[in-house]
Amino acid sequence: MTPFTTLTGIAAPLLMDNIDTDAIIPSREMKSTGRTGLAEGLFAPWRYSEGRNPNPDFVLNQPAFTDARILAGGANFGCGSSREHAVWALAEYGIRAVIAPSFAPIFANNCLRNGLLPVALPLGQVQALAGQVVTIDLEAQCVRHGADILPFTVDAEARTMLLEGLDVIDLTLKDRAAIAVWTDADRAARPWVYLAKAAS
Amino acid sequence: MPQTLFDKIWQRHVVTVTATGTTLLAIDRIFLHERTGAAALKSMAQAGRPVCDPARVFAVMDHIVDTRPGRDDTTLMPGGQAFITETRAAALAAGITLFDVNDPDQGITHVISPELGIVLPGCTLVAPDSHTCTQGALGALAWGIGASEAEHAMTTGTLRLARPATMRVRFTGILPVYVTAKDMALALIARHGAGGGAGHVVEFAGEAVEALDIEGRMTLCNMATEFSAMAAIIAPDEKTFAWLAGRRHAPAHFDAPFWRSQHSDDSAAFDREIEIDAATLAPMVSWGTSPQHSMAIDALIPQGPERAHAYIGLDAGQPLLGTPIDVAFIGSCTNARLTDLRRAAALLQGRHIAPGLSKALVVPGSEATRRAAEAEGLDRIFIDAGFEWRRSGCSLCFYAGGESFPPGSRTISTTNRNFEGRQGPGIRTHIASPETVVASALAGHIADPRALLAKEFPA
Ligand code: SF4
Repeated sequence: MTPFTTLTGIAAPLLMDNIDTDAIIPSREMKSTGRTGLAEGLFAPWRYSEGRNPNPDFVLNQPAFTDARILAGGANFGCGSSREHAVWALAEYGIRAVIAPSFAPIFANNCLRNGLLPVALPLGQVQALAGQVVTIDLEAQCVRHGADILPFTVDAEARTMLLEGLDVIDLTLKDRAAIAVWTDADRAARPWVYLAKAAS
Repeated sequence: MPQTLFDKIWQRHVVTVTATGTTLLAIDRIFLHERTGAAALKSMAQAGRPVCDPARVFAVMDHIVDTRPGRDDTTLMPGGQAFITETRAAALAAGITLFDVNDPDQGITHVISPELGIVLPGCTLVAPDSHTCTQGALGALAWGIGASEAEHAMTTGTLRLARPATMRVRFTGILPVYVTAKDMALALIARHGAGGGAGHVVEFAGEAVEALDIEGRMTLCNMATEFSAMAAIIAPDEKTFAWLAGRRHAPAHFDAPFWRSQHSDDSAAFDREIEIDAATLAPMVSWGTSPQHSMAIDALIPQGPERAHAYIGLDAGQPLLGTPIDVAFIGSCTNARLTDLRRAAALLQGRHIAPGLSKALVVPGSEATRRAAEAEGLDRIFIDAGFEWRRSGCSLCFYAGGESFPPGSRTISTTNRNFEGRQGPGIRTHIASPETVVASALAGHIADPRALLAKEFPA
């Protein structure tokens, strides 16, 4: 995973509430089973008008924001479908952080697993940062804008994983022995949970 | 200390807790579908990581499969076939159980997992699909994850989690006639917001929840993700145990002391509590582009975000009743189980849909549901009334699943999401119960199912 330490850039404003993952990447823009080739479909219904021409009204089509690496979004950002393609599409486009008053839980988790930082701040602060150049400092857990220092929190483990770019599965596999101990005890306690081997 | 049902399931599954407070939680069951499953399995294969216990992993083709009779691997979505063939190859290589396109057990993940007794009380189950919360209706802790988390669960048999908060939503009283589990869910989200459950596992309880049949409970839990909850759960009871008895993967002799202990203790504390009087609820319909934009069917449209009014083409202050519709859809993991189809058919019997509709479609939630409905003659009732009768799949629930319609078309749909573009570019979706969809299909416009009752049984 690409580490995340600090990031400075303009925060593209997209302040609607309940921006869902169907809007971030519509189902028909998920054209292959892989994790790539998705940036073109990012926000497709809003980003393109008839004949797939850029819609000049959409924020990422405006020169100041085309290269934005930060989004400032509304509440419950990333709600809806669990499709991780939404995060893969954002990341492939170049977005590394989303600042919003709140996030849908699956989306936030998908971000953290892909080196993209969800930053939850109160609505007033998100509105004030939208369209501004800001610095997100994960080590210090704050967003800096001019003289303002706005603190946020991220789950302690997720923060370490992001800062160091660690692979979470490798981390868990270090606990293999503990998992085996738990499984043996559980198999004895709840034998009915354990199914016979799948037919191959 | 008194515990909630969530506490009991969580505690039993804790493998270890790290110094920073992250829990490594054991996962009993993992379910994949072709839309996100192949990505997870392929990526594991590339990393050289095998599935740790293939017996606990299942996969099904449900999302983009064609639902027309005589189907094969080709899909209505251009390029969709690769998802099916790649999922098949990856599932085979991983040694997991696959319900393929024409398997008699094929169906929508959250319909077939309970039907086959794969999800069980007191278990943990995850799937890379947000509506996995549906399965909490059986008393399991079941929730949706992303594809990376699915890889983690399949590789290690665990997930790393921060402990969520708990919420109890109590529905007191008894539901009025033609008001259903779907209306309970929409009323909750309309009142408390699409983000209202964020960070919480929600336990549904109270008289009206206990009174629901198991399929109604699944409908209610299905919409928990539309409330931003991590999961929904309902304490299993004798109805649950009877419903699970004899299902293929359910234990022949269930663990009665354990299963009967799977409920919240009397004085268990929840982080939040919400109460709703079920007796005061009306049939609910969404008017806008978020499930929180839902209202009693006979109310006036409230003021919402401009963008939502513009997309849906309806202004604040006008009635929703009487709004002409183009398409009626009965399907999805929310409302396509046998009891849903029975209730819809009972209202349709001897009637015909309005001539102006461009399509009316029933897509059973599973092939087993389809066969059971056909054995009761429900298919004939739907077909005679002017509905098309299909094979199982997600279909019109989302844009890649089925037919699409010209922008601006208005659908009334038993599904769970009325997002912009969810059913195709520019499509205006109104979500409602099967009863309301039937009443509207008969009328050709959004119509109150209670009016049908009034006609049949004049006061
Ligand atoms: S029926 Fe709809 S909501 Fe349910 S799993 Fe399929 S696409 Fe998702």
